[in-house]
Amino acid sequence: MSKIVALVPLLPLLGFLINGLLRKQLSKTAAGIIGSGTVLGAFIISLLLFIDVRNGKTGVVELFPFISFDTVKIPFAFLVDQLTAIYLLIITGVGFLIHVYSTAYMHDEEAPHFARYFAYLNLFVFSMLLLVLGANYVIMFIGWEGVGLCSYLLIGYWFKNPQYNNAAKKAFVMNRIGDLGFLLAVFWLLAKLSTVTYGEVFSAESVKALSKTDITIITLLFFVAATGKSAQIPLYTWLPDAMAGPTPVSALIHAATMVTAGIYLVARTNILFSMAETTQHIIAWVGVATALLAATIAVKQNDIKKVLAYSTVSQLGYMFLALGMGAYTAAVFHVMTHAFFKALLFLGSGSVIHAMGGEQDIRKMGGLGKHMKITYFTFLIGCLAIAGVPLFSGFFSKDAILLSAYEHNKIIWGIALLVAALTTFYMFRLLFLTFKGSFRGTEEQHHHLHESPRAMTLPLIVLAILSIIGGYISVPEVFIAGGDQLGEFLAPIIPLHTHAITHAEEYALMGGTTLLVAIVIVFAWSKYKTYKEETNGALGNLLENKWYVDELYNTIIVKPINWLAGFTDTVLERSGIDAIVNGVGKAVQYGSRQLRLLQSGQVGSYVLLMIAGMVLLFVLQFFLKK
Amino acid sequence: MPVNYYIFVALALFSIGVVGVLTRRNAIIVFMCIEIMLNAVNLLLVAFSKMHAAAYAAAAPGTVSGTGIDGQLFVFFIMVVAAAEVSVGLAIIVMMYRNIHSVDINFLNRLKH
Repeated sequence: MSKIVALVPLLPLLGFLINGLLRKQLSKTAAGIIGSGTVLGAFIISLLLFIDVRNGKTGVVELFPFISFDTVKIPFAFLVDQLTAIYLLIITGVGFLIHVYSTAYMHDEEAPHFARYFAYLNLFVFSMLLLVLGANYVIMFIGWEGVGLCSYLLIGYWFKNPQYNNAAKKAFVMNRIGDLGFLLAVFWLLAKLSTVTYGEVFSAESVKALSKTDITIITLLFFVAATGKSAQIPLYTWLPDAMAGPTPVSALIHAATMVTAGIYLVARTNILFSMAETTQHIIAWVGVATALLAATIAVKQNDIKKVLAYSTVSQLGYMFLALGMGAYTAAVFHVMTHAFFKALLFLGSGSVIHAMGGEQDIRKMGGLGKHMKITYFTFLIGCLAIAGVPLFSGFFSKDAILLSAYEHNKIIWGIALLVAALTTFYMFRLLFLTFKGSFRGTEEQHHHLHESPRAMTLPLIVLAILSIIGGYISVPEVFIAGGDQLGEFLAPIIPLHTHAITHAEEYALMGGTTLLVAIVIVFAWSKYKTYKEETNGALGNLLENKWYVDELYNTIIVKPINWLAGFTDTVLERSGIDAIVNGVGKAVQYGSRQLRLLQSGQVGSYVLLMIAGMVLLFVLQFFLKK
Repeated sequence: MPVNYYIFVALALFSIGVVGVLTRRNAIIVFMCIEIMLNAVNLLLVAFSKMHAAAYAAAAPGTVSGTGIDGQLFVFFIMVVAAAEVSVGLAIIVMMYRNIHSVDINFLNRLKH
């Protein structure tokens, strides 16, 4: 491996520096070209690296010693292997398309803000690349934190709106809770093994040196970190709120890259996770619970981006379910296909919002398919892919997950199937309400409807193509022998996993899932082809209000903490510490006011005091000091 | 004659001086009391000097030494300084009388300012 690897993250960093420092000088075109160009450069190098890796050239590139004390040596090193190569392609590839899209989407911004936006995007891509390239957990942590910071900056991009700022803060705080888990896990590793480099941690003797409890605790802590970044129960509420950022940001951070960091962490650490059964169970159940919870919420949301946000949470739950089953390849596969179709859906919704002049409520849309053919068509492909219709990418990745669920735990499989049905339902509800029926917005919006510019539709088309063909890199063995290219490619990192079920069963599963999806699509079509005002029942209200989870968190966490803060403020701070400090001052002032009276100017009293002093000294000298 | 007697006399003189300084308001009497205190100290110095000289002579008979007369030399110094002090002090009292037509030290309270 040559040091050219370093260029992959360095190029976006360069873009960040140029755009960030010269944002007042650069024109919008220049900022856009620098922002997208650096990511394109990173993509090309990633492609070269990918070809290298395919030819078996993997390895570690050590750049410089980073932390070194006692016996612990943590170098600043990059690791390029199969898992990293795939992530690099997803991040830079999808990232580049989103950059291009942003040049058109953000065109109404003023030049300095436009450059600031691209600077943030580049910094984000840089952090994400650092995260997947690092050859040890410390480098990964740098990227991990950077990603959290950038999501804060990007969600709060329109910082004049206090609500958006609150959403940004929420995302940051939630992520910080997870980060604590990451840090503790790394410290635990350091304490037990005094190394954090992947190769050394996963080596046979290190694994032997760890007790069962150690492994369980470390993996659980890593999972806590993953729940923060990848928006799982209980730390998922930041992601839907994070839709406050510009739509391409949602596509980049909350669909394609940042949220998949948790999956990457677990997949990277799969050797340890495979040995911790308790953790695996917890992961599987948390994953499936998140998938179900988010899917039910998504059914009743009316904001086009909120629906997609909850669908992201739900799909991430799916990935964690796969991780919990030990089907790491399936999870990584779903990360990839999900990156394609979810970026496509988000960018498509951005295109819709753009055409509607900022309107996000799907109740006020309808019939947009006639006006924006490309957006409609690509969005349809995205929906088909996420629903898992055969021949689209989502089918293959979802099938792999469902298959492993069926194999391990029938209850989880049943819930996962229900989630698949719900996913299909809410996605097609979204599609029909947005693009079918008659237009329900204002006359002015209707007049203004138009297809988006080429810079926006081109990424949509590319992503749509990827959403179709992306699945064919891992065709199930039942169709083509040796079709699981991805599994074989990842085999050096994630041990190959053979299913212990018959082909007939597998066919039946696929057929059943497909039938279910088809029925749900027809059902959604019959229900939503023409729009009707809906009145919510009790359950509908519950779902529309997101199970009142935010309110619950508010009551059991935010309010007690606020109360505690108020308590420490008034009692500890003001009447405790402040009172002591002020008391010292007041005592000195009072004492000196009294002592001042001694200076009367009467010579006699001075002499008296002098004598008294002398007597005192005599007494001390002769009677007290022995 | 034991040194105790000298010490008691000196102590008495010194106490008289102190009480005088503390209780009297007439500047001249205060001044005189200070002189009494100085002389009490002088008396002590001479007494101890003499005592030490005798002690040395007893310890090493036959040797001629100046040991023990340091204290008596000090007394001379104190007398000289006291004389100088008296001249300055009296001058101050005279100036005070000229200014406020009184030698009562309770009028001297301007140090406060």
